[in-house]
Amino acid sequence: MSIILNKKSKILVCGITGSQGSFHAKQCMEYGSKIVGGVTPGKGGQEHLGVPVFNTVKEALIKTKANVSLIFVPPPFAADSILESFYCGIDTVICITEGIPVMDMAKVKRHIFKLRSSGRNIIMIGPNCPGVITPQECKAGIMPGYIHKKGHIGIVSRSGTLTYEAVWQLTKEGLGQSTVVGIGGDPIQGSNFIDIIKLFNEDKETKAIVMIGEIGGSAEEDAAIYIKKNVKKPVFSFIAGKTAPKGRRMGHAGAIIEGNSGTYEAKVETLKRCGVNVIENLSTIGSTVALKLGKKRALR
Amino acid sequence: MKLVEYEGKEIFRRYSIPVPRKFGILKLGEDLGKIKIDKFPVVIKAQVLAGGRGKAGGVKIANNLQEAKEIASKMLAMKLITHQTGEHALTVEEISIEEASEIKREIYISVVMDRKISSPVLISSMEGGMSIEELAKNKPEMIIKMPIDIESGLMDFQARELAYTLKIEKELICQFTELAKNMVKLFIEEDASLVEINPLAITKNNSILAVDSKVVIEDNALFRHKELAELPDRESSDIEKEAKKIGINYIGLDGNIGCMVNGAGLAMATLDTIKLAGGNAANFLDVGGGANVEQITKAFKIILKDNKVKAIMVNIFGGIMKCDNIAQGIVEASKNVEIKVPLIVRLEGTRVKEGKEILKNSGLKINQADNAWEAAKLAVELAR
Repeated sequence: MSIILNKKSKILVCGITGSQGSFHAKQCMEYGSKIVGGVTPGKGGQEHLGVPVFNTVKEALIKTKANVSLIFVPPPFAADSILESFYCGIDTVICITEGIPVMDMAKVKRHIFKLRSSGRNIIMIGPNCPGVITPQECKAGIMPGYIHKKGHIGIVSRSGTLTYEAVWQLTKEGLGQSTVVGIGGDPIQGSNFIDIIKLFNEDKETKAIVMIGEIGGSAEEDAAIYIKKNVKKPVFSFIAGKTAPKGRRMGHAGAIIEGNSGTYEAKVETLKRCGVNVIENLSTIGSTVALKLGKKRALR
Repeated sequence: MKLVEYEGKEIFRRYSIPVPRKFGILKLGEDLGKIKIDKFPVVIKAQVLAGGRGKAGGVKIANNLQEAKEIASKMLAMKLITHQTGEHALTVEEISIEEASEIKREIYISVVMDRKISSPVLISSMEGGMSIEELAKNKPEMIIKMPIDIESGLMDFQARELAYTLKIEKELICQFTELAKNMVKLFIEEDASLVEINPLAITKNNSILAVDSKVVIEDNALFRHKELAELPDRESSDIEKEAKKIGINYIGLDGNIGCMVNGAGLAMATLDTIKLAGGNAANFLDVGGGANVEQITKAFKIILKDNKVKAIMVNIFGGIMKCDNIAQGIVEASKNVEIKVPLIVRLEGTRVKEGKEILKNSGLKINQADNAWEAAKLAVELAR
């Protein structure tokens, strides 16, 4: 097992004819993901990368039975694309788009809460994220596939290249991954650390969890408290932004220390208090996890 | 994008939030004579992006024209250091002149986005004047928090409840509830990430006035607020503005090691690694996903504009972008830009062997490292 994606996932790519959508849809196909179609309003009826393009998600679902929506739609239209996917019946939406206004995401979240309270079991990942990959089964995102290896470490992260760095270090140590989830660097996300850690905790294939956080907000602290209460599997964490100045957005819209909230110190203090192994040196993520898990060969 | 006080108040006017009467704005080099003042006393305020202006001498009362002239000429070009600016003094380039009001009491009120509940929240307190941080520290029991439904805005019952909790005078309740609702409306419609009125004054002649304003508009939403997008960027330094123009995410810092990294998270972690190795980064720089020759050349040029830079550390994880292409980019870029300081490059990821080979055979003096930690240690050593 794995979380969110597996061999059976059928992916619909929204924005498939755009340059980003097109490039990455092709990469996903090459990795072995089942891309069953795409959506670009106005381009319905065409074929792109060997799959049909539809005007609407509704039409695409009748023809393809997709169960995952992967979104590359530009920021002004991305929120609408997320809602279209959910309201037409897709339960898993992964949004890669960077630069969606926070207010739009707040509105999307309101709809997600509404749909959940009506009984829908939906999950949204992103926006502003690298996507999700279950190694050797399915890649829905922009991460380089080959750095991953099938295994038992679950990774959840707010960052892109920093995740690749961690994945690559683990892979080189012989530690494969169950699923790697990029939840994105925005202030409001479809899923937060707790949502994903909960899934990893319930997943039998996942034997240890790596959480890669950064300054801004309090999602890492909340996750730490959740972990202490609910998670028996070993959890490791790296937090970026120890030296970031206050009040400046460090690239990611959500990576900002506002007043006294969102600091590195507060996050690390809470994580340590809750029994999470905090790794302070970027270059030792792989070796630290390998050392701690040590002789537990079953993990490899 | 952070707005200065008078820009925020312009938006307040559009949303019928009462503000003191404005006589005018004076810019550096301008004479007070250009502003018609027909009533004294007036308040003269430095228009800078930092809280704590009052204590630092950036807010003064003038009782007559003579005083106003003296204060204005002193305040313009003044270096302002407040608790929020740290050591970096801000130069006052604009001042506002507005009617002084006699304040009976001060209220704190703001709207921010609460990341935890994914919706805006209104924060208020009867203890105005203090910053919200001081308030949270000294009188947390006095803070009222009200979650906002983004589709409905502040509902009438919420506004009434707020008015009663803040003990708003009976005859001012309607005025206050309208103001609170409009403030929330402004926050949602203008894509703000912060709208703060501190203090919101109840004056001696019983009216409500937004004496100060703090408005931050979310950068990602500026595409749908053309008129706000055209306001000057007061937050970024000159180098930062230049970087923004060419699509590079750059933030100037105090150290002497220039950095070029792909991805924001890795860039932040690289600064931390340099610190861990005993040095300090001169900047945060994310070259983005498509690190091609052009982009790398631009990034080198931006980094070298800062003359504090004594070494440059490049930390790239090649994913979809292949390391050999990146290495080629670095070699080409170093031909376009004269790099007189030591260059330390760490490449990892796709086709890393080929990439390293290209750097080695380029004939350029490039120090290579196998991981970020080694690169950082080398950079710290070479920057000494």
